[in-house]
Amino acid sequence: MNLAEGVQVISFAILAALVIIAALGVVLLENIVYSAFLLGGVFISISGIYVLLNADFVAAAQVLIYVGAVNVLILFAIMLVNKKQDYSNLPGRWIKRGATALVCGGLFALLATMVLITPWSLESNAPGLIENTVVEIGKHFFSDFLLPFELASVLLLMAMVGAIVLARRDFIPDTLPTEDGIVTSLQLPERLSELESRELSASKSSEV
Amino acid sequence: MNSGIDLQASFIESLNQLGIPSGAAKALWIPFPSFLMIIGATVGVLVVVWLERKISAAAQQRIGPEYAGPLGVLQPVADGIKLVFKEDVIPAKADPWLFTLGPVLVVLPVFVSYLIVPFGQNLVITDLNVGIFFWIALSSIAPIGLLMAGYASNNKYSLLGGLRAAAQSISYEIPLALSVLAIVMMSNSLSTIDIVEQQSGYGILGWNIWRQPVGFFIFWIAALAECERLPFDLPEAEEEIVAGYQTEYAGMKFALFYLGSYVNLVLSALVFAILYLGGWEFPVPLDKLAEWLGVSEDSSWLQVITASLGITMTVLKAYFLVFIAVLMRWTVPRVRIDQLLDLGWKFLLPVSLVNLLLTAALKLAFPVAFGG
Repeated sequence: MNLAEGVQVISFAILAALVIIAALGVVLLENIVYSAFLLGGVFISISGIYVLLNADFVAAAQVLIYVGAVNVLILFAIMLVNKKQDYSNLPGRWIKRGATALVCGGLFALLATMVLITPWSLESNAPGLIENTVVEIGKHFFSDFLLPFELASVLLLMAMVGAIVLARRDFIPDTLPTEDGIVTSLQLPERLSELESRELSASKSSEV
Repeated sequence: MNSGIDLQASFIESLNQLGIPSGAAKALWIPFPSFLMIIGATVGVLVVVWLERKISAAAQQRIGPEYAGPLGVLQPVADGIKLVFKEDVIPAKADPWLFTLGPVLVVLPVFVSYLIVPFGQNLVITDLNVGIFFWIALSSIAPIGLLMAGYASNNKYSLLGGLRAAAQSISYEIPLALSVLAIVMMSNSLSTIDIVEQQSGYGILGWNIWRQPVGFFIFWIAALAECERLPFDLPEAEEEIVAGYQTEYAGMKFALFYLGSYVNLVLSALVFAILYLGGWEFPVPLDKLAEWLGVSEDSSWLQVITASLGITMTVLKAYFLVFIAVLMRWTVPRVRIDQLLDLGWKFLLPVSLVNLLLTAALKLAFPVAFGG
């Protein structure tokens, strides 16, 4: 085993341990904010594993989308929602727990069989290291993955245009304007300008 | 193009000549780029801190630092030493783990991003295929560190400041990425080396700034907002919300935030120089000049000259942008948070989207000028 392989094996062991520990922390910790931060740790460790697999574009996309967007969104949601709920002991709580355990165990068994029956060994004449992953991904996008790619890009464009439209929309009041006119904004009492105050005093003096 | 100087090969070769086996020489090389990166970034920050004081002093007609070293060049070092020796206070009700981890998460991605900054044909730590995308992805980690710092301080102002900082960072990331995407589309590559090479050949006339006049404004505004520089330094606006997410921080942890923002400024200026100002290219195409003068491209002295000129040009261009940023700090008033978000979502995002579509159309219409 030369230097490069040794570094690779050790990094894989560290990253795998990080993923497992952080994922367990996400599920088991009481504090939900810790869970959210640890979720970011899971995503970053997974992107490290992608780097080890020579998938540099996927690794960067993982960091950008999952850590930079999804995880920040989750954190925002947690920090902005301030809902206190009293803990109450439901009578049939064990049914819920049992059902959850069943679903999780089933998923785990399914994934485990998938891992076991898939032939992971690469062919001996596997194409060597792909020099430019971006070009390869682009070729796949415009040949065999054209439909999902186009759908995803149209969806993203819709989301972006929607964000602009939402941001540019002016405030529309819920209630219809009443007959005594619309109160647009609160007007603070301001000191009159010199001209106005002179006019005011002039009109007052003419009244007198 | 000549291949220039290959640092790794010459380093390993010179160690081999000293009698060290090549495996050990490679192992010695591994930490070397990271040290180089950290030292380079830190020196860059020290220079920027000194420059900021000098330029702001000049803008306000005063002298600035004078006593620490000639012209006060040792002032930033003195600041750093002072911050190292300050007591590192963790508030009693703060969360000690997250409180410590927050500044680290803000600083680390910025330092790692220096991996992709090229100072010459081969004077780059890694030539990633996804270079510029890597930079954008890493800069999206910073909001998590800001939120973490704001939350862990256990202080309402800090939490609000952290949320504000994260919101600002997120809303300016999209225009930034879109304006970078237009450049990427023109140069057909995400690698920083390819982006610079695409601009070479015609000297100053070939730089992207002439082909992306809108994009470079968007990029610079968004980069300033990402670095929390002055028109957009709302998260730490010292008059209104008293330093935001940094309120509870002292000593080295505060210094990390401070360092992070300055490192980010230098990095953004460097990336700006690479994307729009031709990176390490001299305003006159040097290889053409050498050809006219009849100098061979492989001659070693020419390579040394081009390499050192490349480093000088990159640093000069970057510091020119830093100068503009510092000058802006003392001339432009701060925006309000609603103005900031309005600018980001209502103006920069549509304009950058239109810029991207226009670039795509121009690329199809004039493939010669827009990298077909």
